[in-house]
Amino acid sequence: MTTQESEAPVTGQPVGGTLRGVGVSAWFGARKVLEGVDIDMRAGVVTALIGPSGCGKSTFLRILNRMHELVPIATLGGSVLLDGDDIYGTALPITEVRRRIGMVFQKPNPFPAMTIGDNVMAGLRLTGRKTANREQLIEESLRRAGLWNEVRNRLGAPAGGLSGGQQQRLCIARSLAVRPDVLLMDEPCSALDPTSTRRIEETILELKDQLTIVIVTHNMQQAQRVSEHCAFFLAAEDEPGRVVEQGETEHIFGSPEDPRTADYVNGRFG
Amino acid sequence: MAATRALGPAPSKTPDKPTDAAGQAPRRRPRAWRWADIAEFAGSAASALLLTWLIFDRFLPFRIQGVAFFVAWYALTLPIYWLVVRDGHGPVAARDRLASVLVTTGAAVALSPIFLVVGYVTYRGWSVIDFGFLAETMELTGPLSGADDGGLLHSLIGTLEQLGIATLIAVPLGVLTAVYLSEISGPLARPTRLVADAMTALPSIVAGLFVYSIVVIRTGWGFSGFAGSLALTILMLPTVTIAAEQVLRVVPGSLREAALALGSPYWRSVLLVVLPTARAGLATAVILGMARVVGETAPVLLTVGGTNILNVNPFSDYQDNIPLFVFNQIRSSKESFVDRAWGGALLLLALVLVLFVLARLAGGAGPGRRSRRKKGAAK
Ligand SMILES: Nc1ncnc2c1ncn2[C@@H]1O[C@H](COP(=O)(O)OP(=O)(O)OP(=O)(O)O)[C@@H](O)[C@H]1O
Ligand SMILES: [Mg+2]
Repeated sequence: MTTQESEAPVTGQPVGGTLRGVGVSAWFGARKVLEGVDIDMRAGVVTALIGPSGCGKSTFLRILNRMHELVPIATLGGSVLLDGDDIYGTALPITEVRRRIGMVFQKPNPFPAMTIGDNVMAGLRLTGRKTANREQLIEESLRRAGLWNEVRNRLGAPAGGLSGGQQQRLCIARSLAVRPDVLLMDEPCSALDPTSTRRIEETILELKDQLTIVIVTHNMQQAQRVSEHCAFFLAAEDEPGRVVEQGETEHIFGSPEDPRTADYVNGRFG
Repeated sequence: MAATRALGPAPSKTPDKPTDAAGQAPRRRPRAWRWADIAEFAGSAASALLLTWLIFDRFLPFRIQGVAFFVAWYALTLPIYWLVVRDGHGPVAARDRLASVLVTTGAAVALSPIFLVVGYVTYRGWSVIDFGFLAETMELTGPLSGADDGGLLHSLIGTLEQLGIATLIAVPLGVLTAVYLSEISGPLARPTRLVADAMTALPSIVAGLFVYSIVVIRTGWGFSGFAGSLALTILMLPTVTIAAEQVLRVVPGSLREAALALGSPYWRSVLLVVLPTARAGLATAVILGMARVVGETAPVLLTVGGTNILNVNPFSDYQDNIPLFVFNQIRSSKESFVDRAWGGALLLLALVLVLFVLARLAGGAGPGRRSRRKKGAAK
């Protein structure tokens, strides 16, 4: 059984960074899609962002590692602090921000022109860094992503030959190989079957002691299973998205204060 | 426990049965042509042939033959075939079949010029091409020598060198331009794309004239293979640029985002992710560019000069190449020269063919391998 394999915990990892969004707003052109979002994403804690479609969860996540600005018409307000430093400030170069705050996308996107091993090492090549021990880093990253036992014998095979769930875990391994402090995941399981989803959730739980994780999900059970902190986004019609309520996951799901939160987490709308 | 054991062997048997049954049942391909269908068409064509013969040879007071005969035959085949199929399968099938026949005819007519040209060139050129034709030059070949004397070694060398130099210049420039257009798409992207599009329609003689007046005359360099390469570069550049840009556009944006999200500088993501992903397509773009210019005659006429002597140095003095060789030989009134021209033409065709096969191989390699991988993953 793949779910029973022993992924040895790796010791001596950075224990993550603290990410703080302070009054974050976002625009696409003239349209404001996000307003005044304050969220604390503490180190070693899994934070889940939930909310109906189009309320700005992905936009917020992409602001957290400066992917938002890749859209030509996109602008933003407020600030994001990584361990106290503004990631939009001059102290941190943009490439360093993105290296320290990794991202896993909704659709698995391994590099098709590279082998499995090269995909894991891609982050180092792309950031122009060398490693003394390539094999060790590949194994360690794949172990942390829970993929090692499945691909250990075909590291030289093209990455496109993996199943969707394996590809997604490969993408996680690829993000982990550059040793980020924070890992952002935008609906990482929405393209996957239940077994692969389970596998990735286990991976998240194994990783959460080693780095900060922020996950966007439409799956209420998943949010309850993996996260400790939870923020509920909502956008009224023709209004920007806001955080309606946030707090401990148990609290949000068990005894939410806002009736809209209660409606959403109980599946009455959205 | 017992129940489980009792059930144990049973399921292993059941899958066998359907497999056997499937093995015994005849496999059908509902859309395949059956012998009866072919016979129907052959019969229609045969009766139309006889009818045409009857009309042309017996009824008409005058004789018209050749093309008219075939046109009439074809025109008569269609209604006869339609009647036959309608009788057997109903009017819907009849219309359907008639449409297939018309479309197939259209495709055949469109293809026939290519086969005619290739066939005729092969027929004329085949007898000339031998080892000597490839290994000798025209230096010592007089007007009285036979067609098996002399050869186009000097032209072949010239073509390879000029094409090689043009490729070396045009490909980096073209790919860089394509990267600018698709990856950076700065303010100059629109005008650049417009110019590149317009340049594909640049008459090749204009490129030749330009290089002739600037490089050959103005600098006093004179005719040379390199001048020819420059003219070919001008013609090759837009083709390579546009083809490469299209290929780069197909690279999914998600891969660029993935690279950037790892902390990569933009140029590294282009170099290490975008270009390798588009590798196969870029190879196709390069080869299409080469195929575009390898047969150009007008621009090299004005820049390379043409000669009967082997000159391996492309940077000074007259060179030759295969289109020029064909051009010069075919103008002669001597039969042996004309034959050699056809030999050169055949070689040129073969060269273009090789380039296109390479392009197909390079372009098909990526997706082919990928689709096979996908099938493997599905199993
Ligand atoms: N590139 C873009 N250009 C213009 N508008 C955009 C762009 N991307 C997103 N938007 C708009 O911003 C708003 C928020 O989008 P976002 O993708 O953040 O929603 P989401 O909460 O992630 O939704 P989902 O759950 O469906 O992924 C939406 O109204 C969307 O239309
Ligand atoms: Mg989203």
